[in-house]
Amino acid sequence: MAKKEIDLNRVPVAKQDPEVRARNFEEVSLGYRWDEAVKEASRCLQCPKPVCKDGCPVNVLIPEFIKALQEGDMDKAVRALKDKNSLPSVCGRVCPQEEQCEVACVLARKGAPVAIGRLERYVADWALNYSREDDSVPSDVSPSGRRVAVVGAGPAGLTCAADLAKMGHEVTLFEGLHTAGGVLKYGIPEFRLPKRIVQAEVDYVTSLGVTIELDNVVGRTETVDDLFEEGFDAVFLAPGAGAPMFLNIPGENLNNVYSANEFLTRVNLMKAYRFPEYDTPIRSGSRVAVVGGGNVAMDASRCALRLGAEKVYIIYRRSEHEMPAREEERENAKEEGVIFKILTNPRRFIGDEQANVRAVECYEMELGEPDASGRRRPIAKPDTAFELEIDTAIIALGTRPNPVIPTTTPGLELTREGTIATDFKTGRTSRTGVWCGGDMATGAATVISAMGAGKRAAADIDAYLRAL
Amino acid sequence: MFPILEKQDLTPVIHLWKIRAPRVARKANAGQFIILRHGEEGERIPLTIADWDREAGTVTVVFMEVGATTEKLAALKAGDAIDDFVGPLGKPTEIDRYGDVVCVAGGFAIATIVPIARELKAAGNRVVSIMGFRSKDLVFWEDKLGEFSDDLIVATDDGSYGRKGLVTEPLKEILETQKVDRVIAIGPTVMMKFASLTSKPFGVPTVVSLNPIMVDGTGMCGACRVEVGGETRLACVDGPDFDGHTVDWDLLLSRQRAYVDPETVSVARLHQCEGGCQNG
Ligand SMILES: Cc1cc2nc3c(=O)[nH]c(=O)nc-3n(C[C@H](O)[C@H](O)[C@H](O)COP(=O)(O)OP(=O)(O)OC[C@H]3O[C@@H](n4cnc5c(N)ncnc54)[C@H](O)[C@@H]3O)c2cc1C
Ligand SMILES: Cc1cc2nc3c(=O)[nH]c(=O)nc-3n(C[C@H](O)[C@H](O)[C@H](O)COP(=O)(O)OP(=O)(O)OC[C@H]3O[C@@H](n4cnc5c(N)ncnc54)[C@H](O)[C@@H]3O)c2cc1C
Ligand code: SF4
Ligand code: FES
Repeated sequence: MAKKEIDLNRVPVAKQDPEVRARNFEEVSLGYRWDEAVKEASRCLQCPKPVCKDGCPVNVLIPEFIKALQEGDMDKAVRALKDKNSLPSVCGRVCPQEEQCEVACVLARKGAPVAIGRLERYVADWALNYSREDDSVPSDVSPSGRRVAVVGAGPAGLTCAADLAKMGHEVTLFEGLHTAGGVLKYGIPEFRLPKRIVQAEVDYVTSLGVTIELDNVVGRTETVDDLFEEGFDAVFLAPGAGAPMFLNIPGENLNNVYSANEFLTRVNLMKAYRFPEYDTPIRSGSRVAVVGGGNVAMDASRCALRLGAEKVYIIYRRSEHEMPAREEERENAKEEGVIFKILTNPRRFIGDEQANVRAVECYEMELGEPDASGRRRPIAKPDTAFELEIDTAIIALGTRPNPVIPTTTPGLELTREGTIATDFKTGRTSRTGVWCGGDMATGAATVISAMGAGKRAAADIDAYLRAL
Repeated sequence: MFPILEKQDLTPVIHLWKIRAPRVARKANAGQFIILRHGEEGERIPLTIADWDREAGTVTVVFMEVGATTEKLAALKAGDAIDDFVGPLGKPTEIDRYGDVVCVAGGFAIATIVPIARELKAAGNRVVSIMGFRSKDLVFWEDKLGEFSDDLIVATDDGSYGRKGLVTEPLKEILETQKVDRVIAIGPTVMMKFASLTSKPFGVPTVVSLNPIMVDGTGMCGACRVEVGGETRLACVDGPDFDGHTVDWDLLLSRQRAYVDPETVSVARLHQCEGGCQNG
């Protein structure tokens, strides 16, 4: 192989100007153009042992799709990309590539790794706009005569349903909300993941013959036992980990103290940012405190800015180094003007006469010895209490599994964290005929890990159904 | 889509719908609610299940016009269909053989308490019902509640029908003069608060059905936080029924007012649109 010149810098991607984008809900990153995508693709060395692929939780055929892009063969690029990933335009936008494929890329040792995520987005968006041909159910697959119920239309459920449909099974996807997509619709904001892209992926799943039944909260509208009684041969549970956690400090139930789930649901799912055209209101004020340091906190703080806040604070008890949020999202938030108050912990919320929050009392923290998570434990510094004037607070501490399915389904073993005990290789639970995957099995994780779980469960369910 | 099979105007501002929703009908029980949404721009609002027919696959709800969404819904007729109708949500009201039970209801909640009174009666309780309204023109379902009550008292605030005064007065008299084993109070928050305050000195267990602002109704958002017995609970999954004696009523009342300003904007916009804009 002829030795080629290595370019250690990636092709930059155009973004909306921070000052402008901090006031609108349009997508922040504009994505590569054709020439930029081909140029970036040309940086890939086509390693004989592609370590990037091992870094990807679903082992996307990374060098293969990039090679096709280098050659300008878009149909081939799409085929290679979709071979392992059924939601590539979503993953290209929200996967933590810097911890997965890109961190592994050999170029990362000397310079910037290949921008795999941006290329993935480019190819996937091309496919959404120009091709859909090889996506349908292969014509040589005959109906199996077996029926599968998939519960929850987030990335795990959508992926599992799509794969099972392609294998010839009759799939019904039950979703509690009035629209499918899970966190991709109600959590992650429009400016990071446009909802038309999520909807396109959902439409693709229905085009495979999957029936989506909305407004059906399994455990309430129907139980898992009812589903078996109705004639389903297998059930895949993918209801996510949707229950919000709170700080349990005084004043937390004052008005305008939101869980991030409520805040983001009002904004993204119910489109409160377009109130009064849309009916659902939101009260996002001019001084907003967001408690937490993950992606959810970044999303909430950036939504608050876009709703017109003058000051948005992220209150986080450890240092920025320990923040679980992706670096790219932290940078985006800072560029847009979000103020990071690190090593700070809230003690109580203070209300006015109408019981609206008007301040949060915080104290300073310092880092001690590492704790069970391996991160240094934050310790309160004495006599450092101070008040921060705010009119809105958003609690973004993470989420827990919702007990509605576990408590209404006999025979399901749970873990101490309240997740459904699941064999991660197969998705099997303690009850025969019932599989589980995504955040309900792992606790809050990532889109790609939920997707991977959906794929593995689909394969195992297929084997089970064929042996029936 | 969930077709409206029947619509009745119980009063000028209180309407009944019978909706085709077989899955909800199959599981519905007294005290549970549904969440509905209509139109791409519509918000999700909770309504209590007032009746159901498992065989026919229908669910009845009764709602009062209080703001933009309920006003828009009031314009729909039999033959129309609503986009989303999910349930049954929340825990059913506990029904047991308590002995003597007083059911207190105000306004639209008369419709809510009827199935509860019916089940209490069927479980062998003696049921005394008190229904309260602002004035005579708002009275409805006196006969229906009467059917499941051993005794029925109607009160209006202005005295235009039945007794004059609030429901708490007859409640207090009954508590003073009769054996009462349980009180169930459903209606406007202020009414439930004062019914609970009235029964508290008598030490009679009092169940109320709380109606904080909700979004998803499945325990996902935390909008419906209430404080009961000093603990934060989610009304949509832990309730809506709670012990009225330990509810933090002032917190609930203030949380219900959280969106009063934007709600005024919505209503103003709706009325502006009545001139002919497409959302009207
Ligand atoms: C604000 C936010 C930002 C995030 N950002 C990122 C990111 O940038 N990158 C990343 O990789 N990950 C991110 N995540 C995490 C990621 O979104 C989740 O890990 C992933 O969506 C989990 O997928 P899932 O399919 O298990 O569940 P979910 O996406 O939660 O979907 C579950 C679905 O099931 C439905 N459901 C729940 N209960 C029932 C029931 N009883 N009956 C019927 N339906 C039910 C729910 O309504 C929902 O639609 C983020 C999460 C949040 C909240
Ligand atoms: C469990 C439960 C059961 C209910 N059952 C009934 C019923 O059977 N019949 C009936 O007429 N009403 C019922 N309600 C109240 C009903 O949901 C509200 O009247 C309705 O949402 C008002 O919407 P609006 O846009 O017309 O009025 P708005 O102008 O938006 O609001 C008027 C008032 O209604 C309340 N409200 C507004 N939005 C919501 C919301 N999303 N969730 C809850 N409350 C809200 C607020 O306190 C507000 O101040 C119930 C509420 C709950 C929580
Ligand atoms: S590791 Fe980097 S250079 Fe090597 S094949 Fe993967 S993307 Fe290309
Ligand atoms: S309404 Fe969202 S948690 Fe109760």
